[in-house]
Amino acid sequence: MHPASSIIVFTTLSGMGFGLIAMLGLGAAPSDGTAGLVACALAFILTGIGLASSTFHLGHPERAWRALTQWRSSWLSREGVLAVVTLGLFAIYAALWVFAADRVAIVGILLTLLSLVTVYATAMIYGSLKTVPRWRTGLTPLCYLLFAGAGGALLAATVSSLMGSGAQSSLYAALILMVIAWAAKFVWWSRADRTTLASIGSSPETATGLGSIGKVRLLEAPHSSPNYLMKEMVYRVGRKHVQKLRLLAVVLGGAVPVLALLVAAVSGGGAGLLVIAVLSHLIGMMAERWLFFAEAEHAVSLYYGHR
Amino acid sequence: MTSLPTHTDKSLGLVIDLDICVGCHACVVNCKEWNTGGYGAPLSDQNPYGADPVGSWLNRIHTFEVEATDGSGCSSSEAQILSNGKDARVVHFPKSCLHCDDAPCVTVCPTGASYKRSEDGIVLVNEDWCIGCGLCAWSCPYGAREMDAAEGVMKKCTLCVDRIYNENIPEEDREPACVRTCPANARHFGDFSDPNSDVSVMVAERGGMDLMPEQGTKPVNKYLPPRPKSRPVQSAPSDLVALAEPEAKGFLGWLDSALEKMG
Ligand code: SF4
Ligand code: SF4
Ligand code: SF4
Repeated sequence: MHPASSIIVFTTLSGMGFGLIAMLGLGAAPSDGTAGLVACALAFILTGIGLASSTFHLGHPERAWRALTQWRSSWLSREGVLAVVTLGLFAIYAALWVFAADRVAIVGILLTLLSLVTVYATAMIYGSLKTVPRWRTGLTPLCYLLFAGAGGALLAATVSSLMGSGAQSSLYAALILMVIAWAAKFVWWSRADRTTLASIGSSPETATGLGSIGKVRLLEAPHSSPNYLMKEMVYRVGRKHVQKLRLLAVVLGGAVPVLALLVAAVSGGGAGLLVIAVLSHLIGMMAERWLFFAEAEHAVSLYYGHR
Repeated sequence: MTSLPTHTDKSLGLVIDLDICVGCHACVVNCKEWNTGGYGAPLSDQNPYGADPVGSWLNRIHTFEVEATDGSGCSSSEAQILSNGKDARVVHFPKSCLHCDDAPCVTVCPTGASYKRSEDGIVLVNEDWCIGCGLCAWSCPYGAREMDAAEGVMKKCTLCVDRIYNENIPEEDREPACVRTCPANARHFGDFSDPNSDVSVMVAERGGMDLMPEQGTKPVNKYLPPRPKSRPVQSAPSDLVALAEPEAKGFLGWLDSALEKMG
């Protein structure tokens, strides 16, 4: 699949943003108004840029509100509805926190649940597609959720540390989630490497129905230059490129943040280090998401000479 | 609405005969011609006379080579050459929307723009609602949907809904443009819910098949497999180069051999 930058930015930033909201809902970050302002503004900026970016690739962004109507059948619609509801409730929670220094615990818990369900819905847009076998697994939403949690906890720890207090529990949560998230991602990768179109029983033979005669090979494509289908869904990426990017994703997205978190936990400070960890994690996650799309093979490629 | 109808009164669709299609692309062109001026936005082309032309089309012809793995597919000599001397045949393969009963493109649509009609089973896009997110194209295993780059909305085969019920055109034209134009009669239009319709009978007699049944889309359109070849297998491909050389006699023959001697 074509790794569109708008979708990479959308899934990474909104994932981190909703992860942060989930952590704040659980009581992370100091409860004074200034800390509230910084933490809530950060969450709004991340989710805001993420969601705005998701509308950039639309042919008709002015009609985007229509995407809120089909929540009964469409994960994309559910994601939209959940994001709007979560951010609406978060605005109330944030206002009470910033202006009255009052964090309503029950609203916080509700926000945590809503944020997680929103991230789940984002992941299911991809995880529910039968046409892309490597996405279609419960591991896809699991990875999205764990990464959102890890990124959110890392952000919460960073904000707390910058505000000078209460970073410990977020630090430990971030450490644990970061390690589990990457472990889950390794399981996802190992499954993905085994899960091809061929392994789910699709081939040029089933795509054309000509398997009863013999082995099918594309002799002539229907058009002389790549069309929408090929640009969007028949994207190829070199194996060497993949290995390098996976390494980059793990080092920047996982190893650097874990080291920074360990140092911060031991030294009891290190706000600057955590800021670097956040940036490093973000770049690593973008590499991870780029690969998520670029490596994915789509059933339609069977009509274009792929097997 | 993006929930699928539980039942459709009719089940309109196409039968495509892979034994007959000659790969002339007439249906591709006539589909584009009709649909660029009919239902919805025109089918735009970008850079049509440049080095990298692209455009939206609702019907495309792929050409496949099938290398026989058992004795069933006897081969012609051309195909043998294409297939490095092995038994093979060439199959032209028209592909447009299959108007699936379990259409994933409909259920993933967040806006309700994609829908399947309960009266006749046709899958359509309401272009006034479509936001051009492209998710329906991702969910279709057959590559039957293409985004229009000029209009920013999703285009797909309409089963020529603006022809088949159109009382302003002569009755013989009230069938899809691709079916009407096919010079070889490789495409047929009809109602699959009626077991006595031409298309249902053809499917029953010729073993009509679904594409990628493992995707669970339950396509309405059916493909008829190529019939086994009746000519015997030729043991070796004929020497086409020798056939192409003129037989030289008389003065030309003398010239030929003289030139050959000179080196
Ligand atoms: S062929 Fe593709 S676009 Fe047409 S109904 Fe089936 S899934 Fe939808
Ligand atoms: S591109 Fe249009 S028809 Fe397709 S899923 Fe998006 S809104 Fe629906
Ligand atoms: S039925 Fe009409 S829209 Fe569909 S492929 Fe044929 S000509 Fe094109």
